[in-house]
Amino acid sequence: MSGLHLRAISHAFGSNQVLSGVSVFVAPGELVCLLGPSGCGKTTLLRLAAGLETLQTGQVEINDQIVADGASARQMPPEQRGVGLMFQDYALFPHLNVRDNIAFGIDAAKGGRRSAWIDEALATMGLTEYADSYPHTLSGGQQQRVALIRALAPGPQILLLDEPFSGLDVTRRAQIRADTLELVKKSGVATLMVTHDPEEAMFMADRILVMNEGRVVQDGSPVDLYFQPADAFVAEFFGPVNRFAATVRGGSVDTPLGRFATPSLKDGTAVNVMIRPEGFRLSTEDATPQPMPGDPGDLTAAPGTFEIVTARPLGRSSFVVFRLADGKSVEARIPGVFLPAPGSRVRVAVNARQVHVFETR
Amino acid sequence: MTSLAARLPVIGPLISGAAFNIWTVGALIVAALVAAPIFTVLGIALTDSSDIWSHLYHTVLGLYLERTVVLMIGVGAGTLVIGTGTAWLVTMCRFKGSKYFEWALLLPLAVPAYVLAFVVTDQLEYAGNVQVTLRSLFGWTRPQDYWFPEVRSMTGAITVMTLVLYPYVYLLARAAFLEQSVCVLEVSRTLGKTAWGSFIHVALPLARPSIVVGVTLVLMEVLNDFGTVDYFAVRTFTAGIFDVWLNMNSIGGAAQLSSVLLLVVLVLIVTERLARQGRKFHHTSSKYSELPSYRLSGLRAALAFSACALPVLLGFVLPATVLANYALEFYEETLSADYLGFVSNSLILSASAALLALIIGLFLAYAVRMSRGPWVKLAARTASVGYAVPGAILAVGVLWPTGALDQSLSWLGGHLGIGIGAVMIGTVAPLVYGYLVRFLALSYGTAEASLGKITPSMDGAARTLGASPAGALQRVHFPLMRGSLLTAAILVFVDCMKELPLTIILRPFNFDTLATFVYQYASDELLEESALGALTIVGAGIIPVVLLSLTIARSRPGSRPGAR
Repeated sequence: MSGLHLRAISHAFGSNQVLSGVSVFVAPGELVCLLGPSGCGKTTLLRLAAGLETLQTGQVEINDQIVADGASARQMPPEQRGVGLMFQDYALFPHLNVRDNIAFGIDAAKGGRRSAWIDEALATMGLTEYADSYPHTLSGGQQQRVALIRALAPGPQILLLDEPFSGLDVTRRAQIRADTLELVKKSGVATLMVTHDPEEAMFMADRILVMNEGRVVQDGSPVDLYFQPADAFVAEFFGPVNRFAATVRGGSVDTPLGRFATPSLKDGTAVNVMIRPEGFRLSTEDATPQPMPGDPGDLTAAPGTFEIVTARPLGRSSFVVFRLADGKSVEARIPGVFLPAPGSRVRVAVNARQVHVFETR
Repeated sequence: MTSLAARLPVIGPLISGAAFNIWTVGALIVAALVAAPIFTVLGIALTDSSDIWSHLYHTVLGLYLERTVVLMIGVGAGTLVIGTGTAWLVTMCRFKGSKYFEWALLLPLAVPAYVLAFVVTDQLEYAGNVQVTLRSLFGWTRPQDYWFPEVRSMTGAITVMTLVLYPYVYLLARAAFLEQSVCVLEVSRTLGKTAWGSFIHVALPLARPSIVVGVTLVLMEVLNDFGTVDYFAVRTFTAGIFDVWLNMNSIGGAAQLSSVLLLVVLVLIVTERLARQGRKFHHTSSKYSELPSYRLSGLRAALAFSACALPVLLGFVLPATVLANYALEFYEETLSADYLGFVSNSLILSASAALLALIIGLFLAYAVRMSRGPWVKLAARTASVGYAVPGAILAVGVLWPTGALDQSLSWLGGHLGIGIGAVMIGTVAPLVYGYLVRFLALSYGTAEASLGKITPSMDGAARTLGASPAGALQRVHFPLMRGSLLTAAILVFVDCMKELPLTIILRPFNFDTLATFVYQYASDELLEESALGALTIVGAGIIPVVLLSLTIARSRPGSRPGAR
């Protein structure tokens, strides 16, 4: 099969086991994200795919060709694999201007044909007037774009991106992400991207692999991962959650915020109930919480009213904290501006699909 | 083990499989070769059976110690005051001509201490221009008629060495002052400190680590010097080592004196290393902006101008002018004394040493980059210790084993029926070896700093973009490093041209460099006839000054670094 195949890759640095049996498949034209906290092995996986680390166990296959095999100790050197890699620190060559940097990986023979491509790519990324500038005169965002174009210029079969946006201003990130996605999709190359930002992964990826401590924890589309996390780790990775300890009784769990069905769990199991802040709908005391357009599933109304601790506007949403009867605080994010006064009482309803129940380990 | 070979994606695969061995073993060999002369000297000192040690102890050891310490204190204090003071004036104040003094203050670097010593003596001694003029002006006829300071003395030596060595402190102090955050000095002013107060209480303490490094470098040069102390009859350790070895014919005694001197050197090295560590923590802010400068005018400006002009005049303009005059008058004598032969000797010797130093320095730098273990780093640091070891000690440590090597080779040859004369002695090999030991630190330090600017991800980028390891070396490493490497080679070259103590001892019979030629003639009161030679040495010494002043111009706050 064409594309990038990483099969059962394990890797250790000395006594430190960094990857354990990781398998990843990226089809041509697809963008897959490796998402996980620092130190979970994502960058090592990229380097193994590129050939910058020696494969110990497993197989790397690129477009039907096995380029590295741990069993037979065969390793194709990086320059022959046709893999483009964009580094976290961009690694632009200081002694070459932008155009020469980009053209670095292009064969002299193909030079003429590719220079039209380079001009077009520079135009797409808004860098045409910087073509003769040197890297140290460019801003971080500009350097990132040059590094991306440079990685794509030789026409690789696979593109690897190592935390491409982590060094950029937050305000610029959205625009640069969109530009990067456009350029990558236009090139039709199988792309594997590493990030620790869940929102970034959800924006960019067709599929996300969540990794933790050297293993793949879950593999699926952004929607799947968000609404059906495989375990507590994945659930919490996509944003803060409110936790409640409870026990399964009669196929469901009872919490101060309502009863939620848990058909797959046995009675008597001790569980953690996790409710996302964005799963709440609030209303004033005299009204009932209403679902918003696009809410998945039905609302489960919580019994009684709750006292507001604080309500802060964040622009496109409001951060509201209310208190349960036992004094515990619950965080909610309400779309738009909803700012009840501290001390007032509200009614609460929960979107069942934003509730995740996991056995307590 | 395998990850070591792939540690750096560029060089590792170049030597497949054996990468670990070649780099580490090579580095250890280099370190051993550099350390060998020092251990040889210590070995000779400890195993020598002759009774010279107690003789020395009871006679001259105390004198050597005292003279050396006095010289060190004098030159240390002098260079501290002149170097720091001029650096402050030039960095923090604006007065007429301050822009030119920024690089002009470096000029005395081009003049070796012994050359200045010769010139100063020539001008200031009884038959020299100054005293002759004074006598004719005032009508004195006999030495008893007036008092004139004796040039050939400790004071003279201190003055001469201070004038020639203060640029080390100047350079480092200047760099430190420039690095300091503008804010710190501005805060000091808003808190009511005058310019002088800011200098004493803020700028100086912050610059202290750099200044300490500068002064220790000066002191190492003081210990290394032979020409000046010999000419001025100042009995320092180096002069004593030469004396005991060559005149008393006792290598054991020379080795024992060397061991004591090595202790002093050790103290200096440790001080310098500690101070270098301290520099890292004194860097306050990386914001570069135009430094606030105190505009000086009137008397203050005149004083500042004089304070900067005097060292340059005495340390460079004076010797250069005197030598130029003599050279114009006596160049024929110089040429007929085989001047061109000496030039060619110096050039070939210095060029070979520079090339070898470059290659070995590069090798060490790559070895450190390639391996993770502590051994290679330790080997590299050992190999860069040679700059601190005085030339006299190195000479003892190099000559004796090469002589022994030659003897064993002839003995071996004799047994095999082959006549082998001197193999090493009689060639320039020991001399080049000595140069390498002394100047390797320069080439290694430059290669290491330059290679450090090439990040591992640049190597990775080059490889994934399709360059083979050799291609990456050629297209990325070489272009980025060649500027600094050229500079390092030039610096080693010029240092070899100026070098005296090692060259005197280790040169083959009937082989003279410009430095030894000038020294010989000056010792025989024939300075004028070797003036062209001395001028050539100074001319060669200008090249590093030019290079340094270009760096200075680029390092001015607010100026953009170049593309390279």
